[in-house]
Amino acid sequence: MNNDEINKEMKELLKQAIAPVKGTELGRDLWPQMLERLSRQSPSIPWFDWALAALAGAALLFFPGILPALFYHL
Amino acid sequence: MELLERFATGDLEAFEVLFRQHQREVYAWIVPIVRDTGIAEDLTVETFWRIYKYRARFRADGNFRAWARRIGTNAALDHLRRARHELPLPEDLSCAAGADPAVCREVRDQIRNAFHQLPAKYRLVATLALVEEESYADIAKAAGISEALVKIRVFRAVRMLRKKLNSLGVEVGLK
Repeated sequence: MNNDEINKEMKELLKQAIAPVKGTELGRDLWPQMLERLSRQSPSIPWFDWALAALAGAALLFFPGILPALFYHL
Repeated sequence: MELLERFATGDLEAFEVLFRQHQREVYAWIVPIVRDTGIAEDLTVETFWRIYKYRARFRADGNFRAWARRIGTNAALDHLRRARHELPLPEDLSCAAGADPAVCREVRDQIRNAFHQLPAKYRLVATLALVEEESYADIAKAAGISEALVKIRVFRAVRMLRKKLNSLGVEVGLK
């Protein structure tokens, strides 16, 4: 059998087991779910904010002596 | 300003108009891939969420429909990858006249299980090409691959299925 014949036979076999669902219509408007999904979206934190926080954390870890100065300025 | 330009700048009203214009089409493309209406609804919302998230990448003079279909295909493919180990849903199909219903049901289950075990990227093209009979050109455009690659994936999917089914005693391509 050549490839086309095998493909045709496979199509027939698959159609016995798996019904085509092309043409299925959407029964309702999904906009309310879309709005819910958008409202769940967590606010994104820019990468430079993370970098700044990491820098401050590292500074405190390696130079704990800056803590009193930091509190003084706060 | 044009609707697509407004959408690209993050205008929610423009996005709502586009959503209402295209939600049915995106859903109708996804449902044959995932074969479950509830999952297809969730993936339609997921598709538009990705569309909104990556709106800055959309060119206002581009084809929104094709872009939405491509993102929808990727969302469906991600779902197929995640759900690979779940059992396929039963389908209520009638057997050919004169066929033993028990044998018919068993063969159908074997075919469905073998199909379900295909890797996601092969199942995607095989479903669209062999079950839904979409054109290779449409599949290629939606999946973001060449038509030649679609043909290769269909060929490989058929070869894998044939091998699996022949090992289970369902004869394909042995004549």
